[in-house]
Amino acid sequence: MQKIGVFVCWCGSNIAATVDVKRVAEALSHENGVVYSTDYQYMCSEAGQNLIKDAIKTHGLTGVVVCSCSPRMHENTFRKACALAGINPYMVEIANIREQCSWIHKDMVQATAKAIILGKAAIAKVHLNAPLTAGTSPVKKRALVIGGGIAGIQTALDIAEAGFEVDIVEKKPTIGGKMSQIDKTFPTLDCAACILTPKMVDVAQNELINIYSYSEVSAVKGFVGNFTVTIKKKARYVKEDVCTGCGLCTEKCPQKKVPNEFNLGMDNRRAIYIPFAQAVPKVATIDPEYCTKLKTGKCGVCEKICTAKAIDYNQKDEFIEREYGAIVVATGFNPIDLKDFDEYAYSQSPDVVTSLEFERITNAAGPTAGKLLRPSDGKHPHTIVFVQCVGSRDTSGCGKPYCSKICCMYTAKHAMLTREKYPDTEVYVFYIDVRTPGKSFDEFYRRAVEEYGVHYIKGMVGKVAPEGDKLMVQASDLLANEQLNIAADMVVLAAAIEPDKSARPLATMLTASMDTNDFFTEAHPKLRPVESPTAGVFLSGACQGPKDIPETVSQASAAASKVIGLLVKDHLTCNPCVAESNELMCNGCSACEKVCPYGAITYIDKEFRMPDRTTLVRRVASVNPAVCQGCGACTVACPSGAMDLKGFSNNQIMAEVDAICK
Amino acid sequence: MQVNNEFRPTIVAFCCNWCSYAGADLAGTNRATYPADVKIIRVPCSCRVNPMFILRAFQRGADGVILCGCHPGDCHYTSGNYYARRRMTMLFSMLDYLGIERERTRVEWVSAAEGAKFAATMNEFVETVTKLGENKRLEDLRCKN
Repeated sequence: MQKIGVFVCWCGSNIAATVDVKRVAEALSHENGVVYSTDYQYMCSEAGQNLIKDAIKTHGLTGVVVCSCSPRMHENTFRKACALAGINPYMVEIANIREQCSWIHKDMVQATAKAIILGKAAIAKVHLNAPLTAGTSPVKKRALVIGGGIAGIQTALDIAEAGFEVDIVEKKPTIGGKMSQIDKTFPTLDCAACILTPKMVDVAQNELINIYSYSEVSAVKGFVGNFTVTIKKKARYVKEDVCTGCGLCTEKCPQKKVPNEFNLGMDNRRAIYIPFAQAVPKVATIDPEYCTKLKTGKCGVCEKICTAKAIDYNQKDEFIEREYGAIVVATGFNPIDLKDFDEYAYSQSPDVVTSLEFERITNAAGPTAGKLLRPSDGKHPHTIVFVQCVGSRDTSGCGKPYCSKICCMYTAKHAMLTREKYPDTEVYVFYIDVRTPGKSFDEFYRRAVEEYGVHYIKGMVGKVAPEGDKLMVQASDLLANEQLNIAADMVVLAAAIEPDKSARPLATMLTASMDTNDFFTEAHPKLRPVESPTAGVFLSGACQGPKDIPETVSQASAAASKVIGLLVKDHLTCNPCVAESNELMCNGCSACEKVCPYGAITYIDKEFRMPDRTTLVRRVASVNPAVCQGCGACTVACPSGAMDLKGFSNNQIMAEVDAICK
Repeated sequence: MQVNNEFRPTIVAFCCNWCSYAGADLAGTNRATYPADVKIIRVPCSCRVNPMFILRAFQRGADGVILCGCHPGDCHYTSGNYYARRRMTMLFSMLDYLGIERERTRVEWVSAAEGAKFAATMNEFVETVTKLGENKRLEDLRCKN
C-alpha cells in the first residue's frame, strides 16, 4: 500500500481563482492511501518544493500527486524535488488543473469538481506506479550535415572546430550551394565568392570534415546519439581520389550542348564538367543524360586524354552506411517555378529573367562574363524593370503565402549595382512594401533611392507584353493613382523562394515535422529555434524558413553549438518509460516485433523451469530498453497481454479511466 | 455529473503527449473554453490506447470517448497514429454491431499548435454526446454504486 501525499497548487490566482483549492485538498485527503494533503500558493517555488520534500520525510510518503499546471511544464521540477527527498522520481504524478481545468472553465463549482476527479485519477495511477530507473545509451561522437551550402559549411566548420568528426552530404557535385551563384552580397557589397570560397577550402582541408558530394541520404535509422544513415554516392564515372581537377576533359568533351545548370541554363557546358572554377571537391563529373559514351558506347574522348586515368565508365551507385550522434538539416531553398505567373511573360521572352538569373548575368564568371547584356540579342539594356513579390505573399493559391524575406534587399542591390556600373540605365522597382529590417538594411535601400536614383514605385505589375525588341510593362502607381506603361529592355522577377524538393522525403526519413509550406518546424519557435522536435535532429539555414546569409550563418553556428553540446556527452539518459515483456505470458507470436517502428524488440530463446523440474525452452519477446522510445504500439498489438509500458501500464491507464468514470 | 437535474455527460479524452495533450495545454493557455465534462488522460502516443480502455470507459459509465493524436504523417513515433486509426476503425465497427451510437466515439487529429481546434472539437463532441443522452447499453450495472 502506497502512502500518498497530495499537493494542490494555487498558481497564485491562476488556479485558485476558479478552483476551490482548499476543497480539492480536503476532498482528496479522504482518498484511499492518502496520508497527507495540502495546498500552497506556488508549489514550484523553492518553498513549495521544500514543502513536498519535508512531507515526504515526515510522513514517509511513497507516492506524490501534485495538482498544478501541465506536466509538460513542471513534471521534471517535481520529479527532481522528490528524488532529492529520497523517493523515486517516477513516483510522482501531476494532475493538470491549470491548462486543462482552471484556465478553460469559468464556473467554480464545475471546475472544482473536475479538479477533484483529475486528482483522484492521478492518485489511482500513483497507487500502481513502480520505481523506474533511467538507463543510458552511448553517443556516437560524429555529426552528419545534410546540405553543403553556406549553412552546412558553417555548421560543419564549427562542429569540427570543437574536435568532432563531421560528414557533409551534398547532392550536387560541389559544395557551395546558392551562395556560390551569387555575385555580390548585401548590404556590404562584398563579393560572395571572395567570402565563400575560402570557407569551402577550409572545409576541404579540415581533417575532421569529410565531404560526400554528388550523394544523397537514402535511409535513416536509430535515434538521438545513435543514428545509422545510408548515404547513396551517385556514380560520377570519375574516380574522385584520382582526378586532379585539371579540367582538360571538360574542354575536350565533344558533347557541347548541355544546359549549364550553374548558370541556370543561360549557356552550355560539356557532358563532363566541373560546375565552377572553385568547386570543392574539384573533381569532374560525367552527366549520364548527355554523355555519348554512356548512352551509345561510342566516344571515350575523356578517357583517352585523362593523364591521371581517373575516368571509369563502369562506376555504379554506391551505398555507404555511417553512424552519427547528431544530424543537421541544411537543405536550403530554390526559387519557385514561374510557370503559373505567365502574365510576366517569363516563358515568352528570354529578356524576362529571375533575380538569380540576373545574378549570374552580372557575375564575372557568368554567361556574359559580368557584362549586363540582354539574353536575347546581347545588347545593353537601357531600361530595366524589377518586379518584387512574384509568388510571395500570394494567397491566391498560385504562389506562396509567406514573405520570401530576401527579395527586397537583393533587388535594391541589383538596382544599385546596375545604376553604378551603367548610369545611363533607367531602373524601376515595383513593390508592395519594402521590408528592410536588418542591420544597415534600410540605409542600404535608401542609398539605392537617394544616391543612385532608382525609381521605386509602389504598385504591382499587371502584365508584361513582348513587342518587337521591347517589353511593354503595364503597371499601376498606387501612390500617384495612375496607370504606367513602361517600354523596358529587360524585366527581372524576384521569384519567391521555397524549400528544396528533397526536404519532404528527408523529413519523413528523419521523422522531423514540416509546416504547410514544407519548411522544417523548430522545436519551439522562440526558445528552441535550431532544434527540430525530433531529438538529435537540428536545423540550419533556409530549410527552416526564408533567410539571408547573415541569418543563415548565425543559425548554422547555433545549430553547431547544440550539436557540440550533445556530442560532448559520453552517454545520454534514456527514457525509462519503455516497453517490457512478461516472459511468462509471452507466446512468441511476433506481433509486437512487426509493429515496433524502432526495431527494439527481438526474440530470444528462454529456458523455463517447469513444476515437474524439467526445463522448457520457449521463444519470447525481449525489449532493448536503449532503443525503445516508449510509444506503446506493441502493448496493444500483444494478444496475450504480455507486453506492457512502464509508466503508462494497462493497469495504470485503466485505473485512471475508472477514477474518471466513477 | 448531475447539476440542476440537467444531464451532463462523462467524457474521457485520450490525448497523445506530443501533439494533442500539448494542443489541450494550448487551448488552456489561450483560455479557449470547453465543458468541464471532458477529462483528459495523457498517453505517450495514440497507439498506446488499447480498444479495451475504451470499452472499459463505457463499462464504467462514460457517455463518450474521444481519442486525439498527431496528424497523419506527423506522429512523434513515425507510425503510431496509423496503428491507432486502424485499431479504432475495427473497434468502432464492433461498437456499431453492439448498437453503441457511432457518435459516442471519435478519433481526431489535433496538433500542438491547434489549441482552438482542440476546444472546438471538445465543444462539438460534448454537444453531440449530450444530445444522445446517457449511455446505458454498455454500462455494467454492477459498477453502479
